[in-house]
Amino acid sequence: MAEEVNFICTACPQGCSLTVLMENGEVLGVTGNSCKKGLDYAHAETSDPRRMVATTVKIRNGFHPLLPVYTERPVPKPLIPQVLAEIRKVEVEAPVAMKSVVLENVLGTGINVLASRSMPAKG
Amino acid sequence: MLSKQIYDVVVVGSGPGGVAAAIEAKKAGADDVLIIERDTELGGILLQCIHNGFGLELLKEDLPGPGYAEHFIKEMLSLHVEVLLNTMVMDITPQRHLFLSSKEHGYVEIEARAIVLAMGCRERTRAQIRIPGMRPNGIFTAGTAQRWVNVEGYMPGKEIVILGSGDIGMIMARRLTFEGAHVERVLEIQSYLSGLSRNLVQCLQDYNIPLQLNHTIKRIMGKNRVEAIEAVQVDEKWNFVPGTEEIIPCDTLLLSVGLIPENELSRKAGVKLDPITSGPYVDETFQTNVPGIFAAGNVVHVYDLVDWVSEAGFSAGKNAAKYAIALRNAEARYTPLVAGKNVRYVVPHKLDKSTLEKEDVRLQMRVTRPIEQPVWVEVHDGENLITRKAERYVRPGEMVTVVLKTKNYADVAKSSKLTIDINPR
Repeated sequence: MAEEVNFICTACPQGCSLTVLMENGEVLGVTGNSCKKGLDYAHAETSDPRRMVATTVKIRNGFHPLLPVYTERPVPKPLIPQVLAEIRKVEVEAPVAMKSVVLENVLGTGINVLASRSMPAKG
Repeated sequence: MLSKQIYDVVVVGSGPGGVAAAIEAKKAGADDVLIIERDTELGGILLQCIHNGFGLELLKEDLPGPGYAEHFIKEMLSLHVEVLLNTMVMDITPQRHLFLSSKEHGYVEIEARAIVLAMGCRERTRAQIRIPGMRPNGIFTAGTAQRWVNVEGYMPGKEIVILGSGDIGMIMARRLTFEGAHVERVLEIQSYLSGLSRNLVQCLQDYNIPLQLNHTIKRIMGKNRVEAIEAVQVDEKWNFVPGTEEIIPCDTLLLSVGLIPENELSRKAGVKLDPITSGPYVDETFQTNVPGIFAAGNVVHVYDLVDWVSEAGFSAGKNAAKYAIALRNAEARYTPLVAGKNVRYVVPHKLDKSTLEKEDVRLQMRVTRPIEQPVWVEVHDGENLITRKAERYVRPGEMVTVVLKTKNYADVAKSSKLTIDINPR
């Protein structure tokens, strides 16, 4: 029995309302998308939903006390709390360059956590 | 110290609009470009927007706010734009004089041939939406909380209610959840979401944070610290619906109830504002009603995408440079006539050099003190004598005249200023 699933595409700020026709976990068709990204998003969202994660880590001797960081690719949605817990353990030393790896291969996902900006040392 | 007294283009604010304007002003041929920032570093509000989603249109990359800012700051610095940090612009005149104040330089006046206003916007506060009730600690705008959590490392509270479904409010709902707070719910007075739909999905729905449309806050409770808020449903005219009140215990209330372009300075410069956008009236070059004053980004109207702010900045910067260059060329047509040794003033004060191609020009002046002996009245360009006239004596009561002849045109054309000195023969 096919069923319709409705959700909003988050691939870009346009926020298209997608309707996905599904049967036994298989996508039969997608409507409402205005580009290919929406199609990919519909497939991903129904099989392996993922999100970018952005947070901060402590930085010693930095211009600010925190360094913003982000996952270089979206991580599986169910793993987000564990990913955050792993990132929380990290502490780095200033100076740090933008996009330098702060945490490698978080939780074995193959995804690195990168510095969102350069952070000069204090003073 | 500042490298110049007069700049081609001065940009006020180093957020995405300002940085883009400075980049494009340089690329369009402006010589001296200065960007002024009141904070301790360049970047503006992007530095606290650590979430992703920036740059998808312009850079085809999904960057966090600080990364997006850094990308363009790097480009700007490579173009040798002069940077002034920790500096507040106190006043701007319609003649494009700027008055700056900073700890390092004190109070300084500079001039600009063109100005780009890029001050961004401010958040609407509790006072602007008039929420009744107590006035305890624990009420923040969403942006203030964002700065605390993402830059300075403080948590505003543990049990959070958010009023308003603006993007910053929804993004902070997720962010505070990440940091261990509990976001009870988001209330929205309108019957629809005020931010982007994607933020409803990835900030609220992903974390089971409820959004209540057609709801607002009837009063805030708590003497020293917020203890609860009373939520209420509203009808289509925003009147409270009796019997729908609900007391929600919390220690923190965040307000995400709109942004207003920040135009205090623009007003001082004589810039006319649109009552709907609260930003300047602009033409397609982003020029305001004041010639040579341009505006770009959220100071004009509030954007939803930073990429579009950068694009507005590029356009304003390019047009500001064009204006400045045209003005500089017009200035180069003229040479100032400067009162030198023993000369109090000269009329005319400046000379359109091309006039001398066709006709003689008479210069008249008065001396500072009498010289009762033969003198030379000399016109020079700082190095070479251009013409001189002998007088038997000079006295303040008697006007002195010297004539620049058409044959002097070639010499005058090369000069950047002419000085008149009176020396004993």
